[in-house]
Amino acid sequence: MDNLIFAAEVFVNGLMAGVLYSLVAIGFVLIYKASGIFNYAQGVMALFSALTLVGLMNGQVPFGHLINAIFGTQVHHFGWHLPAIVAIVLTMGVMVALAWIVQRVIFRHLINQEPIILFMATIGLAYFMEGLGDMMWGADIKKLDIGLPQGINTGIDSFTADLFGYGFFIDNLDIVATFIAAGLVVVLVAFSHYTKQGRAMRAVADDHQAALSVGVSLNFIWILVWSVAGFVALVAGIMWGTKSGVQFSLSLIALKALPVLMLGGFTSIPGAIVGGLIIGIGEKLFEFSVGPIIGGATENWFAYVLALIFLVFRPQGLFGERIIERV
Amino acid sequence: MKKTLFGTLIVGALTSATPAMAELVFPSLSYRTGPYAANGVAIADGYADYFTLLNERDGGIGGEKARVIECETAYNTEKGVECYESTKGSGALVYQPFSTGMTYQLIPKVTADGIPLHTMGYGRTSAKNGMVFRNVFNYPANYWDGASVAIKHLLAINSGDIKGKTVALVYHNSAYGKEPIRTLEELKKKHGYELLLLPVDHPGQEQKSQWLQIRRERPDYVLMWGWGIMNQVAIQEAVNIRYPMENFIGIWWSGSENDVLPAGDGANGYKSLTFHNLGDDFPLYDDIRKYVTDAGKAAGDGTHVGTVLYNRGLYAAMLAAEAAKTAQKIHGTGKITPMQMRDGMEALEMTEEKMTALGLPDFGPSFDVSCENHGGDGFAAVAQWNAGAKQWELITEYVQADQDVVNPLIDEDSTAFAKENNISPGCG
Repeated sequence: MDNLIFAAEVFVNGLMAGVLYSLVAIGFVLIYKASGIFNYAQGVMALFSALTLVGLMNGQVPFGHLINAIFGTQVHHFGWHLPAIVAIVLTMGVMVALAWIVQRVIFRHLINQEPIILFMATIGLAYFMEGLGDMMWGADIKKLDIGLPQGINTGIDSFTADLFGYGFFIDNLDIVATFIAAGLVVVLVAFSHYTKQGRAMRAVADDHQAALSVGVSLNFIWILVWSVAGFVALVAGIMWGTKSGVQFSLSLIALKALPVLMLGGFTSIPGAIVGGLIIGIGEKLFEFSVGPIIGGATENWFAYVLALIFLVFRPQGLFGERIIERV
Repeated sequence: MKKTLFGTLIVGALTSATPAMAELVFPSLSYRTGPYAANGVAIADGYADYFTLLNERDGGIGGEKARVIECETAYNTEKGVECYESTKGSGALVYQPFSTGMTYQLIPKVTADGIPLHTMGYGRTSAKNGMVFRNVFNYPANYWDGASVAIKHLLAINSGDIKGKTVALVYHNSAYGKEPIRTLEELKKKHGYELLLLPVDHPGQEQKSQWLQIRRERPDYVLMWGWGIMNQVAIQEAVNIRYPMENFIGIWWSGSENDVLPAGDGANGYKSLTFHNLGDDFPLYDDIRKYVTDAGKAAGDGTHVGTVLYNRGLYAAMLAAEAAKTAQKIHGTGKITPMQMRDGMEALEMTEEKMTALGLPDFGPSFDVSCENHGGDGFAAVAQWNAGAKQWELITEYVQADQDVVNPLIDEDSTAFAKENNISPGCG
């Protein structure tokens, strides 16, 4: 009976972890769906946006180290602290500007290139952004506190303690992340279905040529998509950065999104959500039940095994589009 | 005219890039970029600043200028090996890669090339046996010493009896993280505690399963062998489940300011091992400010001075400089070779008097190096995080690891290595 209760706790925590994986995966899906580009830089975008957010909140002078090294000055901070909401809006502005630059400087020149070329361009972009983030904001680990609650939810703890005689641990941050992810999906779906730009985005995703023929600007749509992906990266960066501090390892969260994408499909936002949940629950329950028998640390590889098992039966992922190419 | 000018510039650039042979070269395989940059910057700054101080204040080491060649590895083992290959021809006296992965790759290379390798508190533990690992040194302490000192601390706070207590080890699921298991299992037989092993996959961003298990099983103590983001996440998760932080002890690679600051006040009371002292309240740091940071000659922006990892980089440089001085004395020359440096390292004696004279009183344990013992005497202390003051504080003296347990394990492992690699152990 105890094990069943513990498994239930693990199950709920798996769900919550899955939501965090989905947050990263959605960014990949948005760009892939609209442009066919597998954006290797998505993890670095989350890092860059979180670095920018903390930097703006703390009033840090961007490129301070560089300025000081060149001019022999000692400028580090502007001396002000921005409220979180203002810093988030400004960071979003930076991500939109970045989307514009990425489109103008890189992808505008690569239209009609092979997908592998576009993929390689995003690898270059990832390294560039990592270096840029380092130069702008420094390599220190930064505490990110935008007022999100963290730690055990005492309500759930005492409720489950009364019910089962064992209080469940659910992190308040994970609960917030779940609501934010749900809100994000609703906003994205509403945006893509009920706004002109959203419909244009879907048109481009369905057929580039057809969208172009009816006057949709491919350049604008790609900037829009990269901006929205930047927004999703910012949300993921906030959640993961709050957990561990904002640091360069954050770029590795992309590793957590890959099995989610394989399972849910590269072209479906609901797929990213469902895929994330399945991976989250699956890896946590496997670690709980089988991990102790085989030495533990199963979560990373089990996520990929689970994704591969699904691929055998649905190569396009659970919600992905089935692509049939005739010779 | 243009051609002449261009040619002159090229020749000038090449001439200035050629190493001056009279310099003592100390390569620094740094990682100022990549996922572990936050740690790498402080270590590299401390290492470089100490040699800058010696050059600016003393004119170098034994009359010879020290030169630090920094090569960026981003904590990538392949890049580290490339850095080694590209710098070894510059007259490199000793390598200190600050990476266990690189250490394993470099051991056969330095052995073949006759260049010493110093892996202070990391790397291959059994390299302590200098009769097998002739060119590798790991003084003043190694991972197995760390495991033993952690258990000794638990014994000390439990009046010498931890029988029946449960000790969990949260470790990075890699060769590094698995290092203390053998020692902890041996110590378990001796002291009668239960050992709970909880591996965490690289990089360690997601540890919910491990900490839920800790919450369920409530081990009396948690030890951690982590690195980078794994540390910050583990400490935050411990705070989240309200694990008593004074019962949570990290190895020295899990005990910098970087590891505790993201968790804020919740990290108060967390403990970590260390094999060197903390803070900047030492006479030498006045000189660091006067001759290096305030003079605009620091490797970084000076903000890391006195932090745990800066001190570790500085301590590594100080030990290298002292070994170079010893080598100069033994061989009667200022311009020592890598093999002469090795002799200096093998004859190194670190005493309290010497450290006081250097302006670093009580900065590290006293130890002697010999052919048989390349690893020092295994002394380490316990530090505790004071979140209010935002500083680490030493809460114990330097305590010696249980040599009766550690040394037989080292003999066993190094003998097996010697057998596999056809090495005849000896001091000749």
